[in-house]
Amino acid sequence: MMGGHCVVKAQIYAGGRGKAGGVKVVHHPEQASNLAKELFGKRLITPQTGPEGLKVRRILVEEAVEIAREFYLSITLDRESSRYCLIASAEGGVEIEEVAKKSPEKIHVLTIDPYTGLRTYQARKIALALGLTGSVCEDCVEMMLNLYKCCLEKDCYLVEINPLVVTRAGWLLAMDAKMSFDDNSVYRHREYPDMVDYSQLDPLEITAGKYDLAYIKLNGNIGCMVNGAGLAMATLDVLKEFGGEPANFLDVGGGATREKVAEAFKIILQDGDVKAVFVNIFGGIMRCDIIAQGIIEAASEVHCELPIVVRMDGSKVEEGKKLLLESGLNVQIGDNLGDGAQKIVKMLAEA
Amino acid sequence: MAILIDKNSKILVQGITGKSGLFHTQQCREYGSQIVAGVTPGKGGIHVEGIPVFNTVAEAVHYTGATISMIFVPPPGAADAILESCEAGLELAVCITEGIPVRDMVLARAIQEQSKTLLVGPNCPGVITPGQCKLGIMPGYIHTPGKVGVVSRSGTLTYEAVKQLTDMGLGQSTCVGIGGDPIIGMKYIDVLKMFNNDPQTEAVFMIGEIGGGAEEEAAEWIRDNMKKPVAAFIAGVTAPAGKRMGHAGAIITGGKGKAEDKIRTLQECGVVVSTSPTRMGEAMAQALKK
Repeated sequence: MMGGHCVVKAQIYAGGRGKAGGVKVVHHPEQASNLAKELFGKRLITPQTGPEGLKVRRILVEEAVEIAREFYLSITLDRESSRYCLIASAEGGVEIEEVAKKSPEKIHVLTIDPYTGLRTYQARKIALALGLTGSVCEDCVEMMLNLYKCCLEKDCYLVEINPLVVTRAGWLLAMDAKMSFDDNSVYRHREYPDMVDYSQLDPLEITAGKYDLAYIKLNGNIGCMVNGAGLAMATLDVLKEFGGEPANFLDVGGGATREKVAEAFKIILQDGDVKAVFVNIFGGIMRCDIIAQGIIEAASEVHCELPIVVRMDGSKVEEGKKLLLESGLNVQIGDNLGDGAQKIVKMLAEA
Repeated sequence: MAILIDKNSKILVQGITGKSGLFHTQQCREYGSQIVAGVTPGKGGIHVEGIPVFNTVAEAVHYTGATISMIFVPPPGAADAILESCEAGLELAVCITEGIPVRDMVLARAIQEQSKTLLVGPNCPGVITPGQCKLGIMPGYIHTPGKVGVVSRSGTLTYEAVKQLTDMGLGQSTCVGIGGDPIIGMKYIDVLKMFNNDPQTEAVFMIGEIGGGAEEEAAEWIRDNMKKPVAAFIAGVTAPAGKRMGHAGAIITGGKGKAEDKIRTLQECGVVVSTSPTRMGEAMAQALKK
């Protein structure tokens, strides 16, 4: 159907695929099939995937068109103005950050007033600034308006078309797109969880997601469980300061509950690299004795013999400490953030 | 003095009959906060813990004279709750709710900006003026009255910082958790301005984290306007490049967002930056000596 001339594109949850060999033009069906065979199951390593890369499980085959010009078009959220904004660039098909650095004059940014929405005349100004004329210009205007509509209806953080091309025959075509959805909006888009390609995610991250825990695998050997993202980041910082290497970032949520603490503990221990566990819970209003019970239950259930340091603050902190020390686990208590980090690094060295 | 709230603040709670709304209402009242009304649509007329519940914010204001709202309404109705408190002409709305869709907040923020109501949050621990009034979910016992203003977009990391300040004998005037969402009401600079004009506040501790450009913006404002010493901590020096941040967002902020860049900008603007989360209290003491 495509006469053999087509573009084969690996579908992974990251950009920068072209340079990594994930996007190729072929001229014969057999060539396409060979390339697809080669790509399926291959781990593609791009600047956005990390060193382990992402496995290719889906491939997009697209008609190769003769491109006259390439553009970039997106709608995204601007934190500073608290508004959505439209970004367009006269240079598409490449990484937009590169364009922003090298030739910022090619990038047009329009902040969208939430009362009026994106207006036709505003979109037209941008299309004209991109150098489009005639019917292609009007097609582009319509596309921008639709893009904004899509962004709102689908609750997106980002809707991006890159590249948007004008073919030699004068057609405006979206050749590739990326959308990122607002996690908080899932309650009104029940279809979103089914759309996730779980092969693109770390299995532990998937499990953590089910329990509403934010987990990111890192390269070290000290498993970390912390409540609150800021404190979790600070905990990684302090571990490194004392010579430790965190195995993960794990935020059990500001108001950690006993169930979440227990699930989080199990997830940390599923990572084979973990040789010690550091728990830092600033419970505040949460009762420390309840947190301690969660840790003890989870550790006993999975027969954890690894060294553990627990630093807790909040109500009933003495009761919590007592429960932990009497639990039979290989556990020490950190009196404060620094003391806890030092203790776990030392326990690990002596283990 | 202090900022935003004090012992005379009359507070209403939106979502008072929910589990966390009720729990934290009790906690705030135990701390000494004056909770004069609750609002839960459909439950007007009842009392919880002796507090009258109304169907609308306007009614609650009319009968009790409340001027401040603390919002615990679940995400689907939270943006609406913010707008209702704006329309009722409240001085301040503090939205604790976590998980409000960003699309709802873009519109709510645009309307709130045009109103006389200040907004703190959403997705924040709230505001506390130690010894006088607690409006949020933070543990009261770590705070002590004093002269250091605290502003932060983190939750539990703020508790850590406050505890270190208290342990060093540095009490706080008011602590404001501005929230970690992409769209929030008051930002660092809005709070810094208030601390700058507050006679009780003699110094400010600021807590930031990676992502966005808000800390850099605040640093420049401090350099040009702040009359009082400022110390800061930025979390995430060792964090791997953010997974969640979309591409295009980074363009607008001009590639800002890394902890090192934030720390350098703050230092260049005269802020004492704690290099470790274990020495936040010391950094504040050092800034006060300068």
